[in-house]
Amino acid sequence: MSFYEEYQKYKEIDIDDVFARVTENDVLRAINKESLEVNDFAALLSVQAGDLLERVAQKANEVTRRKFGKVIHLYAPLYLSSHCENECVYCGFRSSRVMERKTLVPEEIEKEAEVISKTGIRHILILTGESRKNTPLSYIVDSVKILSKYFSTISIEIYPLTEQEYKELVSIGVDGLVLYQEAYNEELYKKYHVRGLKRDFEYRLLSPERAGSAKMRTISIGALLGLAEGRKEIFFTGLQAAYLLRKYSETEISVSFPRLKPQGGTFTAPYNISDKELVQFMLAIRLFLPGAGINISTRESSQLRSNLIGLGVTRMSAGSITVVGGYANKQKGDGQFTISDKNSVEETKNMIISKGYQPVMKDWQTL
Amino acid sequence: MEDQFKIAGQLINSRFLLGTGKFSSYAIMRDSLESSQAHIVTVALRRVDLGQKNENILDYIPKNCITMTNTSGARNAEEAIRIARLARKMGCGNWIKIEVIPDTKYLLPDNAETIKATEALAKEGFLVMPYMNPDLMDARRLVNAGAVSVMPLGAPIGTNKGLKTQEMIRILIEEIDIPVIVDAGLGKPSHAAEAMELGADAVLVNTAVAVAVDPVIMAQAFSQAVIAGRLAYLAGPGAVKEEAAASSPLTGFLR
Repeated sequence: MSFYEEYQKYKEIDIDDVFARVTENDVLRAINKESLEVNDFAALLSVQAGDLLERVAQKANEVTRRKFGKVIHLYAPLYLSSHCENECVYCGFRSSRVMERKTLVPEEIEKEAEVISKTGIRHILILTGESRKNTPLSYIVDSVKILSKYFSTISIEIYPLTEQEYKELVSIGVDGLVLYQEAYNEELYKKYHVRGLKRDFEYRLLSPERAGSAKMRTISIGALLGLAEGRKEIFFTGLQAAYLLRKYSETEISVSFPRLKPQGGTFTAPYNISDKELVQFMLAIRLFLPGAGINISTRESSQLRSNLIGLGVTRMSAGSITVVGGYANKQKGDGQFTISDKNSVEETKNMIISKGYQPVMKDWQTL
Repeated sequence: MEDQFKIAGQLINSRFLLGTGKFSSYAIMRDSLESSQAHIVTVALRRVDLGQKNENILDYIPKNCITMTNTSGARNAEEAIRIARLARKMGCGNWIKIEVIPDTKYLLPDNAETIKATEALAKEGFLVMPYMNPDLMDARRLVNAGAVSVMPLGAPIGTNKGLKTQEMIRILIEEIDIPVIVDAGLGKPSHAAEAMELGADAVLVNTAVAVAVDPVIMAQAFSQAVIAGRLAYLAGPGAVKEEAAASSPLTGFLR
């Protein structure tokens, strides 16, 4: 059964009702269990669990330390292209938006890599808009070959690929896939993704499975928080992560919690996700999936990021620039979203150290 | 009482081996290694960074230690072999701990792939110490493949649950002629002492030390527990008795 089929089954359940029926006892049981079931996960996501957040946090802290140690992995995003053929109403790169588009040429990629690697970053996440025309697979392959001279871990956040294409990238040393479903609510998904291949909800939802079959080493999934009702979105994110962990036991599954930061337009997130809810969602994922990585990007402020250390986070971006070519050329340009934490890699490292954790720059060796 | 501990013919000064992952800083890791008095320490190659910019974990390992690279991250024999070869090329020496873990949930090792990797690497001159699920037949296969010790797990990595596989480990200790080093799952010094009392040649710990509130003191506590457990084993503990042993025997009159 694919996750889409599992998803269909869960869609028939009145999840709001499940959340509403949760009692304090259900939450306490979930906190004290070693191995949580879906019902326990739902209990931790309920409004009721919000009152017991400190106890959930203590457990999550203990579980994370045992499983991952007192370390936070750092990575940096590298935007290769802002060309995009999709029309996603919330995104700064949406095709209808009039802006100067850019795709880096090999010399420019090299320059960006030099600047980033000088900060000590060894894990790079390459991003493009979704345009097979401007950034075909051959372009991605060439870019990876350049970047592998500078970095020991290379992840991709690009348009969804076929299993064969994922295999090709794995074979040249791509370790990680980042692919957010954006919205797990299929009806709203259609509303936000107006044109382009991304409109195909099912194809996107099944992409992590194709990457898993291609033996991708890590897969990060997530919902863009703000597009739909947060509790349910995280519920489905957790279900998908659990599904992937079961089916691709060799692959490390991570969950990201991006909160919508609009760029270049008037789109306002219809659902507001508070800091408290964000923390509750993160803790619920940690207890439900003790072995899953948890990522927090520079979309969040440095103050919040600092407070999230110890609550289950295992990976953070640092010194991020979301403007194409922006590391080597500091000129202003249009990024995909607004960055809140503008601290340098060095400042981020110091923040992690001040929290009693070790910033880890290198966590894989290209074989 | 002479009680030498040798692996591959080499005298090892401590029966306590320490891993270097999960520490909150390299400085605390170094201080813990020193207080542990460990002679063999394991380092994940994936964390070794020989670039100019970042700190190099190898600089924080006391000079008198043997650094044994582990193949953390390997999902099959082929990856473990490639990591071992890279480690040697990067100057990390011949000691290699094979970890083949194709399971991100329980972090359990794959014995079959581990045997394959052990065989290939032993032929290339590595001193191979395989991490394994404690199975007697597989341990024998590892011996035949050229391992210099076997490292059965006490409980899954990072669980701190103690010697859950005790019965299977006891069998390995009885039947396997190369050193049996209990690795993974030991959460407290008393667990380490228990493994040593059972007759294990050594133990390897990482999580329980690294994430303790005071790792430096915890390393020392484990070190002393290992010594105590070993001494108890050598001293020959009295058998556990189900019945009372009266000091005034009831059948004494029959003499």
